[in-house]
Amino acid sequence: MAESVVTNEAHHGAPGGPEGEATRRDFIHIAASAAAVGAGVMVAWPLINSMNPAADTLALATIDFDVSKVMEGQQVVITWQGKPVFVRHRTAAEIQRVIADNNASDLKEPQTDQERTKVGHEPFLVVVGSCTHLGCIPTFGTGDFGGWFCPCHGSHYDASGRIRKGPAPLNLVVPPYEFTTDTSVRIG
Amino acid sequence: MTISIRKVLGVAVAATALAVSAAPASAAGGSKEPRKAGFSFEGPFGTFDQAQLQRGYKVYREVCSACHSMELMSFRTLGEKGGPFYDPKAASPADNRFVRALAAEATINDIDTEIGEPMTRPGTPADKFPSPYPNRIAAAAANGGAAPPDLSVMAKARHDGANYIYSLLSGYVDPPAGLTVNPGQYYNPYMAGDMTPFWTGDHDAVPKGGFIAMPPVLNPDQVTFDDGTAATVDQMAKDVAAFIAWSSEPKATERKQAGMGVLAFLAIFTGLTYASYRKIWKNVGH
Amino acid sequence: MSGHESTYVPKTGVEKWLDTRLPIVRFGADYMSLPTPKNLNYWYTFGAILTVCLMIQIITGIFLAMNYVPTTAGAFASVERIMRDVNGGWLLRYVHANGASMFFIAVYVHMLRGLYYGSYKAPREMIWILGCVIFFLMIATAFLGYVLPWGQMSYWGAEVITNLVGAIPLIGEPILIWLRGGPAIDNATLNRFFSLHYLLPFVIFGVVVLHLWALHTSGQNNPVGILIPKDREKKDMIPFHPYYTVKDGFALLLFMTMFAVFVFFMPNALGHADNYIPANPLQTPAHIVPEWYMLPFYAILRAVPDKFGGVLAMFGAIGVLFVLPWLDTSKVRSMRYRPTMRIFYIAFVINGLILGWCGGQLPDAPVIGNFSTFNLIDGDLNSFLWLTRFATLYYFAFFFVLLPFVGLKETPLRIPLSISEPVLRGPDAMSGAVPAQAEKKG
Repeated sequence: MAESVVTNEAHHGAPGGPEGEATRRDFIHIAASAAAVGAGVMVAWPLINSMNPAADTLALATIDFDVSKVMEGQQVVITWQGKPVFVRHRTAAEIQRVIADNNASDLKEPQTDQERTKVGHEPFLVVVGSCTHLGCIPTFGTGDFGGWFCPCHGSHYDASGRIRKGPAPLNLVVPPYEFTTDTSVRIG
Repeated sequence: MTISIRKVLGVAVAATALAVSAAPASAAGGSKEPRKAGFSFEGPFGTFDQAQLQRGYKVYREVCSACHSMELMSFRTLGEKGGPFYDPKAASPADNRFVRALAAEATINDIDTEIGEPMTRPGTPADKFPSPYPNRIAAAAANGGAAPPDLSVMAKARHDGANYIYSLLSGYVDPPAGLTVNPGQYYNPYMAGDMTPFWTGDHDAVPKGGFIAMPPVLNPDQVTFDDGTAATVDQMAKDVAAFIAWSSEPKATERKQAGMGVLAFLAIFTGLTYASYRKIWKNVGH
Repeated sequence: MSGHESTYVPKTGVEKWLDTRLPIVRFGADYMSLPTPKNLNYWYTFGAILTVCLMIQIITGIFLAMNYVPTTAGAFASVERIMRDVNGGWLLRYVHANGASMFFIAVYVHMLRGLYYGSYKAPREMIWILGCVIFFLMIATAFLGYVLPWGQMSYWGAEVITNLVGAIPLIGEPILIWLRGGPAIDNATLNRFFSLHYLLPFVIFGVVVLHLWALHTSGQNNPVGILIPKDREKKDMIPFHPYYTVKDGFALLLFMTMFAVFVFFMPNALGHADNYIPANPLQTPAHIVPEWYMLPFYAILRAVPDKFGGVLAMFGAIGVLFVLPWLDTSKVRSMRYRPTMRIFYIAFVINGLILGWCGGQLPDAPVIGNFSTFNLIDGDLNSFLWLTRFATLYYFAFFFVLLPFVGLKETPLRIPLSISEPVLRGPDAMSGAVPAQAEKKG
């Protein structure tokens, strides 16, 4: 059982051999330490990555919606990736007003209404219903610009979802979407 | 020192032996050991045969799914790397055109988002495989009191799972003379059970196997394989067993490949640490 | 080690500032420079291995808990979702599940090492007792964790083990209902088991700190088993770092290699197939067995024909470990110098393996061949029932008969005066049967 026993009792303390071997000795220790650091990273990555969205969460990234269900002058709120999405069927008057405001001086993030809708489907506005300030859901048809008003901190959006007044820094986000038919949109 | 390493390894071996010996004793009578199908996915380097998985999916879809659910399986999983319908050109499993088509064939029960009433719609890749029965009680009631088990993880839920499924499905034989088989039951030598109470013959020669409520469901040419493989009972049993083995652990291939990398890294790391250890202990030990 | 002078000298201003307010760097530095006997063999590396095992279980457990659903309806599916959909979830779960087995392999080696080298004897009784507390908490934690996947073995294991409490006369039944939160194992049980399974590892961590504190107070034992006299300290002791960090590190990596083989290539070999069948309160599996590491104690439970008696025997088998330091009458620590006791020790280890084997078998099954001999009281002599009983008898006889009496009667070998002596004089020097002298030095 006596495997680790001492032959050189006088030598005690600092590890290692004669001076001449210093370089090779250091290399071994450095390599072993580097491998230990590498192992630490290899262990840490799966742990961190496990907190990223799982496959079933990512699979819900697209939804289809029939926009003909939305009456003119109304909006329907649907859920996409756990967030509300406003699908708004705007009246001719509302469209006229937001186009007229395309170059308004109070736009914080200047965008034309055309940039925020699809050609041929101008009455329909699709935006993520989450205030760009701190994420509350703006209420429909209120505020100074006839679009939305966020009750949390008083941000006013127009009917194109553009921020016009209040603390929010950006326009309501237009999610990636396309019209798969005349009346059907695929979001995501 | 070397002696000591050998001892440490000895302990590891002993512990493993203990673990293996902990495998349960078979009940009196017992069942036949499954036949070996020689699957491609066995062993540390084995991978699934994609054509076989596709055939197996077809057998499940056209035969098994009439009674057996696979509640934990999503259509998108079919398009994952190593899965039956994996397509390297697809951006994600959910974008895979084969997966979309297969999912669309299924009818999914859902709730109409506007009126709140139950409705049905075509499946999407994100949907789980639909179950043949609304719940377990309905499944049991429709099958003479024995609910057909869910097949999602069946290969992990039986000893030697893939070979067991293959052997069971292709192993139905006529009950030996002297065995009383109750109506609605079938004899299968690979099924777990104890035939002693039903055996009128020699008490030292009780037949192995058990009773199963599932009739022999596979018949030659029941399924038409798209790749032209002859649909013998043996072939269909083997293919569906491979599919269930895959669905029981879709990440098995990824696991084994990661394992090779980890072992290679550990070998280098252990070697370096051993060298470092010898240097540091040079003037102390031995 | 007691009397170990601190050699830490704060260098920078920040270190000096911190050292006078919270000497945490000094604490770590002293820990690393702790004088340690230089003859510790590989059996002594399992303490470090166990520390890593505990950390692995806690860390993987925290991340698994982020995706686990502690409800009877959701538990099984959530575990399979971790296996399929969570990024790297299969790795986390297999490391955690196999990690429990690795933890127990290491703890059994660690305990048997302590038993062989007499590490429980004065002045180290507290180290041993705290270790027994850790072992008991480990069993409890492992049992609670095994219930969480909510498979058939989870459910029926919980049913059987909670029923042990019901064996207590008079108060058993009310306690049983209180423990389960209802008349049967159900959602309330699963939810509280999850809560406790999350809590206990941190309790274990706390006891591990005490275990190490006690170790550093009374000093590390060594294979020769003698206390190292003050004047030999310079010659027989080396600082923990780098000598034992690198030795423990090497052993740890070998252990991790075995761990990796299980996780990546045979992840379900140590588990039971039935636990991949969702829990069904209306159907008991044909043959229920606990995880392999519980089998010896499960065997002892079944060896006693009386229900409450079996429970007492099982807890007694763990409880006896707590009083071990006072059962051993020998003045000699290491069994290296106790040739008689060493044979009984080897028999004890084999006996433990036999108990584990018995725990996994049906009690009525024959041990050898397929024949019966004669009926003894309530079972055939050639059955696991009787093999279990003989093995249980030896288990308790080892503690209550052999350790007290062999210690008084045996003649130990001559014990070296220092841990360096066996090498200087060669192995022949140790074989003469001369009564023990060691304790005069202590």
